[in-house]
Amino acid sequence: MRKLAALLLVTLAFAACKFNDAAKPKLPIMGNRDAVTKVVDGKQVTDTIYHTIPDFKFVNQYGDTITQNSLKGDIYVADFFFTTCPSICPIMHRNMLKVYNEFKNLPDFKIISHTIDPKHDSAAVMKKYADKLGISGNSWWLLQGDKEATYNISQDYLVKRPGPDAKEIFMHDGYFVLVDKQKRIRGMYDGTEEKEVSAMIEDIKTLRTEVDTEIAQ
Amino acid sequence: MKLKVIAFIAVLLCAIVISCQSEAEQDFKRYYTGGAVIYKEKCQNCHGANGEGLSALIPPLTDTAYLKKNKARLACFIKYGIKETIITINGKAYEGSMPANVDLTSIEIAKLLTYMGNSFGNKMGTIAFEEADADLAKCK
Repeated sequence: MRKLAALLLVTLAFAACKFNDAAKPKLPIMGNRDAVTKVVDGKQVTDTIYHTIPDFKFVNQYGDTITQNSLKGDIYVADFFFTTCPSICPIMHRNMLKVYNEFKNLPDFKIISHTIDPKHDSAAVMKKYADKLGISGNSWWLLQGDKEATYNISQDYLVKRPGPDAKEIFMHDGYFVLVDKQKRIRGMYDGTEEKEVSAMIEDIKTLRTEVDTEIAQ
Repeated sequence: MKLKVIAFIAVLLCAIVISCQSEAEQDFKRYYTGGAVIYKEKCQNCHGANGEGLSALIPPLTDTAYLKKNKARLACFIKYGIKETIITINGKAYEGSMPANVDLTSIEIAKLLTYMGNSFGNKMGTIAFEEADADLAKCK
């Protein structure tokens, strides 16, 4: 009897291991969520409404207008910076360069960096910054636009809204925000920490293996 | 007897030389480790953990020839920053500004220079407080 129990235990342990092996890592879906109940085919169904990034309109370093439609079907990473920032931006973009170099040839991945100093960072200034940083093509956009709109959307990315004197005191959040094809936030990483950025690179690979069951309209 | 005296003096001389050397070495280590802490806090975000800079935006600190040639100006660069200008480092042109660090004292700048000047492939030896202080007095 005791032997049988031991055998059972061992089998169970094995099964547990196998199960863990097979389970794919899954990224969390961040932000507030709502539940809606609707009637589909005469049956009541409850759906979860996740927090998503709303539409926006900015201009990239080439002077092209960029809206959410420009990111349709893409996984992307967003951050906030300004070109004359002497504090955390250089280290953020040193780390972001690694992300860029890892994924720049993928058609469904992008990086967008919003400037919090649109008055200084015109499209021309951003183009110069991009050239000096050594980025080209369309996998990393530097976005400039209305200051209020930029500060507002930072809150949709769940990062701290830059203060009114953000540029003067060089304070803003150094987060990299990972957004999936359904515009849901799937990860937040400290862009000043090399380790966290490496973790993000792995998470992006994981996210790309997710089946696109419901690509955003 | 004579031999003994000579031997004694020789040993004494050796001891003095060694202890002097180690004092200079200790000084170097004190400056260097202190400088490493300041570097991390004030410089590393832009110039990188290995002094590598950032693409064509921020110059690296690895141009030994440039550092040697401008040794007397380095303290001023750190304390008062560099105004919008173009400098050539490792044969590449960098334009822009470097922020000032007016809150750094002469001893802190000496430590920082000793760290930078003996890291990233540079070998400038100890840059003492007196040297940094004299250089700072001549800043334009």
